[in-house]
Amino acid sequence: MALKDLKIVGKSVRLRDLDTHVRGQTTYYEDVRIPRMLHLKMYRSPHPHAKILKIDTTEAAKQPGVVCVLTHEDMPGKKTFTPLAAIGVAPEDEPILAFDKVRWKGEPIAAVVAESEAAAKAAAPKVKVTFEELPAVFDVEEALKAEAPIVTPWGKNYYQYPDDHAASQIRYGDVERAFAEADHIVEDKYQTKPIEHAPLETTGCVAKPEGNGRYTVYTNIQALYFALDNTAAIVGLSPAKLRFVGGTVGGGFGGKVDIQVEPIATLAAIKTKRPVKYKYSREDEMRVSSTRAAWRIYVKDGVMNDGRIVARKITTYQDAGAYIRLSSYGTMKHAGHMPGPYTIPNVSVDAYCVFTNRPPSSAMRGFGVMSGSYAIELQMDKIAAVTGVDPWQLRLINAYRNGDMKAHRKAADDAALVETIQAAAQLAGQALPADFAAMSSDDRKGG
Amino acid sequence: MAKLRGTGMAAVNYPTGMHLGGDPTQALVHATTTGNFVVTLSSVDLGQGLKTVLAQIAAEALGVPFETVLVDTGDTDTGPHCTGTFASRTTHRAGNAVVMAAREARKVLLEVAAEELEVNADDLVTDGEGSIHLAGAPEMKISVTDAALAAHFVQGKTVSGRGVYLKPMSPMDPETGECDPDSTHAHACTVVEVEVDTETGAVAVLSIKSAYEIGQQVNPALVRGQIVGGAWMGMGHALSETTAPYYPAIDHAPRDFLGYVMPGAAEMPEVECVVLEHPTETGPFGAKGIGEMVANSPIPAVVNAINNALGVRITEIPVTPEVILRALDEKAASAA
Repeated sequence: MALKDLKIVGKSVRLRDLDTHVRGQTTYYEDVRIPRMLHLKMYRSPHPHAKILKIDTTEAAKQPGVVCVLTHEDMPGKKTFTPLAAIGVAPEDEPILAFDKVRWKGEPIAAVVAESEAAAKAAAPKVKVTFEELPAVFDVEEALKAEAPIVTPWGKNYYQYPDDHAASQIRYGDVERAFAEADHIVEDKYQTKPIEHAPLETTGCVAKPEGNGRYTVYTNIQALYFALDNTAAIVGLSPAKLRFVGGTVGGGFGGKVDIQVEPIATLAAIKTKRPVKYKYSREDEMRVSSTRAAWRIYVKDGVMNDGRIVARKITTYQDAGAYIRLSSYGTMKHAGHMPGPYTIPNVSVDAYCVFTNRPPSSAMRGFGVMSGSYAIELQMDKIAAVTGVDPWQLRLINAYRNGDMKAHRKAADDAALVETIQAAAQLAGQALPADFAAMSSDDRKGG
Repeated sequence: MAKLRGTGMAAVNYPTGMHLGGDPTQALVHATTTGNFVVTLSSVDLGQGLKTVLAQIAAEALGVPFETVLVDTGDTDTGPHCTGTFASRTTHRAGNAVVMAAREARKVLLEVAAEELEVNADDLVTDGEGSIHLAGAPEMKISVTDAALAAHFVQGKTVSGRGVYLKPMSPMDPETGECDPDSTHAHACTVVEVEVDTETGAVAVLSIKSAYEIGQQVNPALVRGQIVGGAWMGMGHALSETTAPYYPAIDHAPRDFLGYVMPGAAEMPEVECVVLEHPTETGPFGAKGIGEMVANSPIPAVVNAINNALGVRITEIPVTPEVILRALDEKAASAA
């Protein structure tokens, strides 16, 4: 089926930078050596939810080697942002440096800029903040109860989708009527926990004043212009005054789509007129960088005796942690992916993006879809057990075919799930009955 | 106490490109007078091999040797806009932009060569090895380098091209969810065998066998790298990894790789895979995205295999030894 007349596409040519990776000669952002570089370490909230009564940087500023300590008072314009504002995500909920409240343990409050990494690290704990602790909420369903502590500035612990919808939703067919007519109702609850991206190269950047009003930011961000635009808006510069350089990164997995280090490093470079490096330690990466969200997914299916799924209702709670970041997008992607690679005539999805006093989660490899595939594929085995239909055959019966209407009302094309399952069966030595082995994504014979 | 074996499978699809679209990428291609071509853009290579596959795509579309294509990326002062490397989008989006730019540059290259050879540009072909010649008459030829030199010094032309790929934004209807969310879908099906120690709760993954369908492969070795790496990531997600072991509680958060447990090389079984190629009309030479989907089928396949081995119904990940032993206790209690 592959295109036959190709000369170089389809060939296993050697990875361009394999030799330099192996020999340690690839140039990453950190390999840029700039004289007079300063280092930035963050003082972070020790509480998951608290009012900030007072921020005192006097002691920290007096520490050896410290050049300046930045707080929210140093922000030139806006004090909060949300990275996807350009595509309509709102409100701008996340402080660049916290001011009135902290909403998660680890939230940045004061940036200590010093002559060496060691000096910055030693001085950061000297920042003194007076807090008034507030009740915190950590569980997504607890957070949606009326009496729950309020995490967000807008007073509701969920993202508000257009037209005042509390969830990203899909409505296709009539699930309740189909449930009433189904031979079996199969329900379960699925839970994933937060996961770290664990890139070899931790998140970081160096922001350098060029002396002509422009700033160069060397960074391992996964999206250079996205970071540039967000940084410009936060530090109060025209985007034309910024240059972002990167492109060779030691692992991302979605963790480096977050805009976390570039704005504050650039602000520090503007303030000090010197290059500033802000690099996450491994502990920062583990504890304060975004994680893959925890997802709680309830699946309810209506199934016939022959294994055909006639209705699927999904209620999902994505744990965004304290701020939006990219989460409301991930929730929509999750909803749009449902009901998975199966053709089901009645589908209802309510996917909630929920805020808690946990570290913010964000994008990770397979954003919104990994959790959905996880829940659906465990659910398929439960359906197989309930109906007595073989798990392989169950998936082939329900697999989507080209031309089928999906729940988001786009006709399927490029379908190849049937062929992929058949190939896996062959690889694993799993015999399929002749009619199942003959199935195709281009028709529904036998399915 | 026993060591029990089980098998699990899972099948998935995965969308290519940013959800709902609206995520453009541009590329520029030009010939230098050295015989090299430069692809200029601002896409990010995360180690997966983006620079390599974009050079392959450019070389294919230009009809020149792979070695002569340089990828210059990662500078917003010189590289045109890219939305970023995520959403399994860059091979597809940047790849399409590179094809468009390369085809425009190739057209000029052949026009220049035609003038030098005094033939019609439509009758010229490239051999992919550095020569342009008349179809059916290989001796009527000019090297790509000589054509590039002639363009610059004799004919006063730039051998260059511009490319962009944009799937326009499709808003999601807030009530029904109606939308056009993606460009194409890739597919995977994974079969996992496990052995579970009912005394310790430890899980050994004995084999991971997967079939993938990802459209035309650009670089099969790099595709296999993604599949093996994703199987490893999937094992970690399924069995041990979390920053919140007592979720939703925030305590006991790990601070390093001693507390955050990922599978080691000794725990990895051989990963077997077959890759099917059903080219998509939307992709560069038919390629779909594979970057993100590679943990998605291994994770549920591992958990389904554990449930199959033990006759239990675990629905949370990671399935740590504690989770397994509690599930076995529950099973014993309900049987009693």
